[in-house]
Amino acid sequence: MNSVYIHSGVSISAQNTFEEGIKEVEELKFTENSQVKAFKINYKEFLSPIASRRMATGVKMGVVAAKKVIQKAGEDTVDAIITGTGLGCVEDSEKFLNAVIDNDEQFLTPTSFIQSTHNTVAAQIALSIKNKGYNMTYVNGANSFEAALLDGMLLLNEENETVLVGGVDELGKRFINDYEKIYQQDVSFSEGANFFTLGARKKENSIAQLLNVEVFQEIDEDNLLKKIASFLEENSLKVSDIDAVILGINGDAYDSYYQKIQSELFTDTTQLKYKNLSGEFFTASAFGFYVATELLNKQELPTNCFFNSVKKEDYKTVLLYNQYLGKQHSLVLLTSC
Amino acid sequence: MEALKKELKENIIEVLNLEDLTIEDVNDDDALFGDGLGLDSIDALELIVMLDKDYGIKLTDPSEGREIFKSVEVLATYITENRTK
Amino acid sequence: MANGVAITGMGIISSIGNTVEENLQSLLSESDGISTIENIATRHANNIKVGEIKLSNEELAKLLALDNFEKYSRTTLLGAIAAKQAIESANINDVNQYKTGFISSTSVGGMDLTEKYCNTFFDAPRNEQFINSHNASESTQQIASFIGLTDFVTTISTACSSAANAIMLGARLIKAKKLDRVIVGGTDGLSKFTLNGFKTLMILSDKKSQPFDKNRKGLNLGEGAAYLVLESEEVVAKENKKVLAFLSGYANANDAHHQTASSEEGEGAFLAMKKALKLADLETSVIDYINAHGTGTPNNDASESEALKRIFEEVPIFSSTKAYTGHTLAAAGGIEAVFSILALKEQKAFANLNFADEIEKTQLKPTTKTVEKEIKHVLSNSFGFGGNCSTLIFSKV
Repeated sequence: MNSVYIHSGVSISAQNTFEEGIKEVEELKFTENSQVKAFKINYKEFLSPIASRRMATGVKMGVVAAKKVIQKAGEDTVDAIITGTGLGCVEDSEKFLNAVIDNDEQFLTPTSFIQSTHNTVAAQIALSIKNKGYNMTYVNGANSFEAALLDGMLLLNEENETVLVGGVDELGKRFINDYEKIYQQDVSFSEGANFFTLGARKKENSIAQLLNVEVFQEIDEDNLLKKIASFLEENSLKVSDIDAVILGINGDAYDSYYQKIQSELFTDTTQLKYKNLSGEFFTASAFGFYVATELLNKQELPTNCFFNSVKKEDYKTVLLYNQYLGKQHSLVLLTSC
Repeated sequence: MEALKKELKENIIEVLNLEDLTIEDVNDDDALFGDGLGLDSIDALELIVMLDKDYGIKLTDPSEGREIFKSVEVLATYITENRTK
Repeated sequence: MANGVAITGMGIISSIGNTVEENLQSLLSESDGISTIENIATRHANNIKVGEIKLSNEELAKLLALDNFEKYSRTTLLGAIAAKQAIESANINDVNQYKTGFISSTSVGGMDLTEKYCNTFFDAPRNEQFINSHNASESTQQIASFIGLTDFVTTISTACSSAANAIMLGARLIKAKKLDRVIVGGTDGLSKFTLNGFKTLMILSDKKSQPFDKNRKGLNLGEGAAYLVLESEEVVAKENKKVLAFLSGYANANDAHHQTASSEEGEGAFLAMKKALKLADLETSVIDYINAHGTGTPNNDASESEALKRIFEEVPIFSSTKAYTGHTLAAAGGIEAVFSILALKEQKAFANLNFADEIEKTQLKPTTKTVEKEIKHVLSNSFGFGGNCSTLIFSKV
């Protein structure tokens, strides 16, 4: 499979990345019940009141990020829209579920139900830009975004020119409180929409090259080392070719996966983290992908992104690795163009 | 009748999330669907539930709504004639 | 595309049977699986009909020899049954022998468990495990563990076209040589959430559904699961595999018209069929049977009829099999893929039950009897909320 190019990226996150990209960013402090909502954006600039009146947070974030990222790429439209989402439109799902239970199946209205399906964001993007192309939604927990990326790469190897790929998740009001009670980690739960346009051909404004993506469901720590080695080999790269490794460290018990490769593979590589800035959500790794594109373009990042003190003259090739609760792993390989 | 019309306007704005509108923006004769307020088939279903919940009127076929939801005026008349609560 | 991607196994559970053979017998004898709901306590029980599988979760778990059935959502159990059959039918002993993937799809996931436990997650320690049941990947993960796959696993959710998209992705990954073998399909159990959701849209029929009939009142919801095994040419050759059929065409397009309703002219459906035919390099005239989406709602059937008329000079023999199984949402594309393969194997086009009169505008008449005929290529449609339209084309070996 040929590599593809990233033409533009837009991030809506707990930080003001939508306007400013990754600048000096504040670390999100974890305290009990400290869910952090996405940074407030003036959605009205992008969405008419009639268009937005049924949209929950995730749909708004997704549609606005999508519109802006297509614009940023200098395109009018794309050949395909692919989203990844962990919990989908959880606000509307909760709303309808609560209504079914609380009203004992009576006097229910359709709006929250029709907006609750996992593919609502991709569908609303298609509607808002009148796009009749390929439309797909991946819902595989922590590697939903990477599955979308892989599909995008496949499409660009199948005669498509430009595709939109994004990861989006909203906090919701109900299940997140339950999650919080059972999962112990050092970062807050949050939400966001990180969208990118990918193209088959390099353009003047391309921001990076996407070499490869791999998703896998389960692995033990020893086999992870082998997996990464063979992933790099597939791309004719060695560990020493990787200038920076961007990890989904979140301070939970499963950080041992990251520690394993930090201490055994990437000792002489710049190690970065990002969930201290984005918070944790199933598509937080799409924020990590955004961080990677920022590093390749600006060649620098705020100090609180760096995990170790290894610094490189030139950041050219970057590996992303993420997993959640020891499952739904992903590897993504990027290089500057 | 005037009180009912005012109540309907308030409810329509609230139920359908028309947050940018006030009751002064909605005239009694304005078309609710199409060129008027621009409501769609999902709004019609929301209004059918409102009829059931607030006025005890049950519609079983969504197409019945087309005439009834023509305007606030028509809707108010229909409710007055058919309400059971 | 020469022959397309080889299909070497299939498995299914639906309201007309727990195995491929049982499903075939029901199709041939024209007996539907539509009934009054029994497994879910709902106040709508007397106002709806459903394609319900008359086995409790405990009984489903028994079919899998699983203890502790309460751990699993209905979606997981149904999916595991169909996936297991698919693997057995492809004569696979070691699922990890080749680079193998599992691509599942679901719309409700573990909603039955979420509905049951969402107010009592912390009342008992055992309830905590159900907090994750709303996560759509949970059922996929459990099925993957059950069949022993740990590597490439993913989940698709594009409402009612989900399984068709899972099948399509599998074929594309094989063609791109990312996988040698892949198990693809979908699963959805009935839940109060979807029953009530479709009820609010006023598109549930209180009678057995009548796809493509002038007086159709709406759909019957159903439940079930179906998976196919797709294998690369190399694996087929090396293992000397018996090929059931080829997936020769596939496409996905968006109607971009409305969140739930299909456009009057069936634009998305038209585009999906057109692209799939083009990919398969087939003329419309060689399609011998169409397994339509045909949900029985006024909107879908009118829109799909328009699309069929736009694409086919003369619409071939067609039917919707949803009058047998109900609309099984994310599983529908998988279930109807199995039916399409059966149509090729048996050389029969299945009956469209409960049809009496044509839709006035389009005047299309589905086959009301199961008929024997030469079938080389079957086209299957699956459409979903959000304008998602997918078409698959299956071709005889």
